[in-house]
Amino acid sequence: MKNQKRVTLFAGHYGSGKTNVAVNYALFLKRSGENPIIADLDIVNPYFRTKDSREELEAAGIRLICSEYANTNVDIPALPADLYTITDNKAQKAVLDIGGDDRGALALGRLTPALREENDYQMLMVINCYRPLTRDAGSTLEAMREIEAAAGIPFTGLVNNSNLGALTTADDVLASLAYADAVSALSGLPVVMTTVMDGLFSALEGSIPDLFPLTLQKKIC
Amino acid sequence: MADKVLMKGNEAIAEAAILAGCRHYFGYPITPQTEIAAYMAKRMPKIGGTFLQAESEIAAINMVYGVAAAGYRVMTSSSSPGVALKSEGLSYIAGADLPSLVVNVQRGGPGLGGIQPSQSDYFMATRAGGHGDFRMIVLAPASVQEMAELTVKGFSLADQYRMTAMILADGTMGQMMEPVALDSLPVSPMPEKPWATTGTKMQRPHNIVNSLYLSPDELEKTNFARFERYKQIEENEAMYEEYLMEDAEYCIAAFGIAARVSKNAIDEARRRGIRVGMIRPITLWPFPVAPFKKAAGQVKHVISVELSMGQMIEDVRLATECRVPVTLCNRVGGMIPSPEQVLEAILKIADQGGKQ
Repeated sequence: MKNQKRVTLFAGHYGSGKTNVAVNYALFLKRSGENPIIADLDIVNPYFRTKDSREELEAAGIRLICSEYANTNVDIPALPADLYTITDNKAQKAVLDIGGDDRGALALGRLTPALREENDYQMLMVINCYRPLTRDAGSTLEAMREIEAAAGIPFTGLVNNSNLGALTTADDVLASLAYADAVSALSGLPVVMTTVMDGLFSALEGSIPDLFPLTLQKKIC
Repeated sequence: MADKVLMKGNEAIAEAAILAGCRHYFGYPITPQTEIAAYMAKRMPKIGGTFLQAESEIAAINMVYGVAAAGYRVMTSSSSPGVALKSEGLSYIAGADLPSLVVNVQRGGPGLGGIQPSQSDYFMATRAGGHGDFRMIVLAPASVQEMAELTVKGFSLADQYRMTAMILADGTMGQMMEPVALDSLPVSPMPEKPWATTGTKMQRPHNIVNSLYLSPDELEKTNFARFERYKQIEENEAMYEEYLMEDAEYCIAAFGIAARVSKNAIDEARRRGIRVGMIRPITLWPFPVAPFKKAAGQVKHVISVELSMGQMIEDVRLATECRVPVTLCNRVGGMIPSPEQVLEAILKIADQGGKQ
């Protein structure tokens, strides 16, 4: 995937896989010779979040900005002051993991004036046609518009992350392409990548443009 | 795979409730079950239902009382401290013989505790849902699919026996995502409710829904009659799953997330030649006594794996009539036992030949 933008933001319906995509994307940038930082702006869901991948990110030399309270029992929507590094340090690539839905995107509002002024960002909507509230292009577009309104920043592209978790098959991914195209047609935005778990990558490589392999974050059982 | 969707456990409960015909949801946000409310807030207005964020958990459960009295399928959901707040309402609902569905996605306690998963409301669900003599049907799912299935089942059991059915899940079950098939859920149509307060239209005597009996005579009679119904439930509705119990020398007792973790440990122990199986209660009340009674004549030792200081273990001891040793393998406070920890417990007991 070509990426000339300094800041990449991943937003979407909650449970669409934003965090997993964001972490994998930051690791990909690092491998490509960039020096990205990643920020967890998820103030909505105190369970699965970027901080779960702290060790992996730090081992790769990627700095993680997130609330000190993330993954503690302090269940409050806090954002770290460090967040301003993203807009202040214009020499550094940044990946932002935005909280789910319009409620999650609200936290981004603090940064959007600076991001818009600099105008060197891509705002990507992570979509999954196997999620119950975004099963078709119409409902997905509705979710997009709500997130844009809350975040105060328009989307510039789509990430087709359609999956059924660990049980996803290559056919499930192929079946989602028409959906992604429909969202693209309806929104006028390009599908900048289609993500698949690394186990499916070789089976689908070549048949889907801009295919991006994901390593799933650890799970409990 | 178009018939499957990827859902969080909390979402599966909400959508299954809608499929079961529930059009009234009252709740108050609390981690880790807030997605149920969030989902209902999005879906209910689109299907002509009611989503109402009440001013408190107490208000929400009393709204459930009202809608149940009017004869509709209704639910509320919360997490541990929030469910404790509902206990007065749960008792009133029991006293008025009203059907309702209540979800508890448990978190660590006591007190405000924490927001991570726990199973330490077993006593509250099976023993002390509120004041007075009453029971709730308690359903313990161990997968997202089961979250959906037991929600649907809970509504029909609640209607059938005119009482509360509680889904007792935990933070992990609420938050984890798995594919779910929703089109095959065993939805039962709502039965006639001739007792409901639907307006007499001057055609029939008033229906009165109440839990106040000032005559002790009458109150005793009502309690006896209610417990006759409970007896039927104990006889007919116990649900459980057995895993590799046919030749088992050792038995794990676990429900919900603890059963999933235990399964991994059992598989590894079997690879090492230890014959261990599992009984997973799906209903916690009525507790599946029969398989444990049978196991007591077969196995050398039962290990109760719980995310609590040992609550279900008391039912396991009762069901096995203390004929075999029962020990606890647990984590608490939001921690989850690892398959390695459970395996270690199995290995240790097998090493001792099952003796305590």
